[in-house]
Amino acid sequence: MKNSEPIIEAVDLTKKFGSFVANDHLTFTVKKGEIFGFLGANGAGKTTAIRILCGLSRPTSGKITVAGFDVYRETEEIKKNIGYMSQKFSLYEDLTVKENFRFYGGIYGLSLKQIRQQTDFYLEKLGLTTSGDKVISSLPLGWKQKLAFSIAIIHNPRIVFLDEPTGGVDPITRRQFWDMIYEAANSGITVFVTTHYMDEAEYCERVSIMVAGRIEALDTPERLKKKYHASSMDEVFLKLARG
Amino acid sequence: MRGFIIKEFYHIFRDYRSMLILFGMPVVQVLLFGFAITNEIKDAKIAVLDYSKDYITQEITNKITSSGYFILEKNLENETQIHEEFRKGNIKQVIVFENDFAGKLEKEHNAGIQILADASDPNTANLLVNYASGIIRTYQMQKFGNTALPVQIDIETKMLYNPELKSVFMFVPGTITIILMLVSAMMTSISIAREKELGTMEVLLVSPLKPLQIVVGKVLPYVVLSFVNAITILLMGFFVFGMPVMGSVVLLLAESLLFIIMALSLGIFISTVSSTQQLAMMLSMFALMLPTILLSGFIFPIENMPDILQWLSHLMPSKWFIIIVKDIMLKGVGLAYVWKETLILVAMTLFFILLSVRKFKIRLE
Amino acid sequence: MNHSVEITNLYKGYGEVKALQDISLTINPGELFGLIGPDGAGKSTLFRILVTLLLPDSGKAIVEGYDTVDDYREIRKIAGYMPGKFSLYQDLSVEENLKFFASIFKTTIQENYDLIRDIYQQIEPFKTRPAGKLSGGMKQKLALSCALIHKPKVLFLDEPTTGVDAVSRKEFWEMLRRLKEKGITIVVSTPYMDEASLCDRVALIQNGKILSIDTPSEIISRYDHPLLEVKSDRMYELIQDLREYPNTLSAYRFGEFIHYTPKEEEEYELLEKYLQEKGHKDIIIRSILPVIEDCFMALM
Repeated sequence: MKNSEPIIEAVDLTKKFGSFVANDHLTFTVKKGEIFGFLGANGAGKTTAIRILCGLSRPTSGKITVAGFDVYRETEEIKKNIGYMSQKFSLYEDLTVKENFRFYGGIYGLSLKQIRQQTDFYLEKLGLTTSGDKVISSLPLGWKQKLAFSIAIIHNPRIVFLDEPTGGVDPITRRQFWDMIYEAANSGITVFVTTHYMDEAEYCERVSIMVAGRIEALDTPERLKKKYHASSMDEVFLKLARG
Repeated sequence: MRGFIIKEFYHIFRDYRSMLILFGMPVVQVLLFGFAITNEIKDAKIAVLDYSKDYITQEITNKITSSGYFILEKNLENETQIHEEFRKGNIKQVIVFENDFAGKLEKEHNAGIQILADASDPNTANLLVNYASGIIRTYQMQKFGNTALPVQIDIETKMLYNPELKSVFMFVPGTITIILMLVSAMMTSISIAREKELGTMEVLLVSPLKPLQIVVGKVLPYVVLSFVNAITILLMGFFVFGMPVMGSVVLLLAESLLFIIMALSLGIFISTVSSTQQLAMMLSMFALMLPTILLSGFIFPIENMPDILQWLSHLMPSKWFIIIVKDIMLKGVGLAYVWKETLILVAMTLFFILLSVRKFKIRLE
Repeated sequence: MNHSVEITNLYKGYGEVKALQDISLTINPGELFGLIGPDGAGKSTLFRILVTLLLPDSGKAIVEGYDTVDDYREIRKIAGYMPGKFSLYQDLSVEENLKFFASIFKTTIQENYDLIRDIYQQIEPFKTRPAGKLSGGMKQKLALSCALIHKPKVLFLDEPTTGVDAVSRKEFWEMLRRLKEKGITIVVSTPYMDEASLCDRVALIQNGKILSIDTPSEIISRYDHPLLEVKSDRMYELIQDLREYPNTLSAYRFGEFIHYTPKEEEEYELLEKYLQEKGHKDIIIRSILPVIEDCFMALM
């Protein structure tokens, strides 16, 4: 029962740094409530593109709207309607769980009451109700990642951008994390995720693969495997990336 | 927005190091500046060479020594002792009364006083001369103000070792000290801390390199650089500002080398207690540079500071080095006069080297 | 036979955190040994003890006959080490880095060139570029070359493939296999379970404890549950429905399938009927062999 209305529309998204072309005329659409996988080797241009979609960076050319807002003129609106989580940084290590919720909730404009509600909701969901006053640095990695995700969607954004969210996490936590992603998608939040785990690419409804600044493939995992005569997304990726 | 501010407060309060700097530093600085910067002089040590030894010279001497500005350290017998006393660094000023002082005043209505000041610190010398002159003039007014014929005490002042009162003569030794501290200590500590921070230290340790080799390898370039810096500053002082090197250049360079090694061992020590470059830089800044500038006698004369600070300044290697440099350059003394300070520097160097060697970790913990 | 690495009852803790608990294992000369586990499992701590950078709280670790505590100087001569994050000099060029590491090990690039040849040749075109400006895959290759330049007896690589894309990862493991042929013992740690099958033997580690040590195939054969892969046209609902099914021990997503472990021997027809009733179509149910990840999750 998902809408197939587009939530991200990019036409000829291009980003140049001097003469170096990081993103070369990328054209793609992401549908509302979709789990969209954004794959590519390091240096292929993924991070650059994500920064543009988050309103953090200005494209050189191309027409791009995110949640209906233009990335050139309405970046503030975009930021209000998206959530972001990356492997490298999400939560403040020396603050407690509740303090992180309060801080980010405040940034996204939630009232104290709403923040409290959301905090209690997610803490219970993750089974962390007794850990609210623990400092983030004392928690194991798996909990940190799950908390970071909860906080990224604390304000029920239209889209959440996840940059390699499951790096280094144990296999069970990884799947629990994806359970959370599925729930979020089911409730209408579009999930835009990058990952190096090729099996996670299979969890996505559609996947795009970037090679050297261009999108070389964009389709469902099933159809990509057929097209490239591969039995796994790993093989598809290798065939495309090795050229 | 409010949440952001609150968060920043959390960060600051939880990091005790930044707390130390934010609250500790201003307190220390205010105290230091408050006490250190006094432009008043008190208890300056002087000597008197009285060729006349009559009741007037006694009266003048009394007035001077009871003023609170001066302390009579020594009574000299003849001229040859003057330079000796100055060289030893004990006294800042000599007051010379010509013979038959009272007699000349009575008969010729004219007698002369010579004030000789150690102008290697030109500001202090100026002040001292002014105070002394002021006291003498006041005495003259009070004693002879009502007589019919004017009675004049001629005051001749001589600024020794720095006749033109060039403040550069103060600054060049001070600058050498600061630069050497900066390049040797701070840069060394940052360089070693950087290896630790970037993780390359791990890889270096897991190699046949002995820790001593790592340290020497890091430190040697800075020795060379510091030495070149020292020479450059000396040359500039000489050619651009006319600052002389009256004493032995070899001795000066040797002492500089000693100071460089001392600063380096300090730098290594700082790096052993710093895990990041930032910490190394801050420690070098606050624990080395600031005290060096304030407490070494470079800008603010130490004699005027409260006793605690004077005592503290004894711990500053830079203070001893500045004395050595000034004495060699301006007064032309040899090792015989600065052996005490040199020995202190040598002891400090050995102390820090030993400390660094013990603290340098061959493992990661 | 003498072991290349021998670890006995090793313990290491930091304050309250027990990083390593009672670790015992041996590694044979010339073996390609994998230490498999997620972040926080204790891999880096173990490596640091083996390369003599950390002291254990108790227990013994012996590398090529030398004790890591008493004979650390000897170990530092014969070990090659690549720590977790990129630890080379970013502002020196590729060539300068290599020359430096050769010199501190008192050797030259030429002396052991054939050892690093096929790795170095891939980055040689960039040899004047500062190391900081290399791509992730190339940095890896440079770090590996620098660790090999003195022909170590044992190579310790701490998560060399983390954060690197799938293609570079594959190439890296191919390089390791070729190195193995030259007789160097290679100990590698990685969080990627699929890389376990590329090793001769692996140790699965989680929360400071070893879950299992053996060849990958032995570990798989010791998996004592039946394992099925299940698929339908509605994967999200499939996993919910499977979890509600009474005979389910565990059901986890694995790429395009769900790996389903029943409590008792499963009757395919029963399961299929249950799913059909729930509205699933295109149902596939197959028996499969586990992969290392299945084993790891079962042991956790």
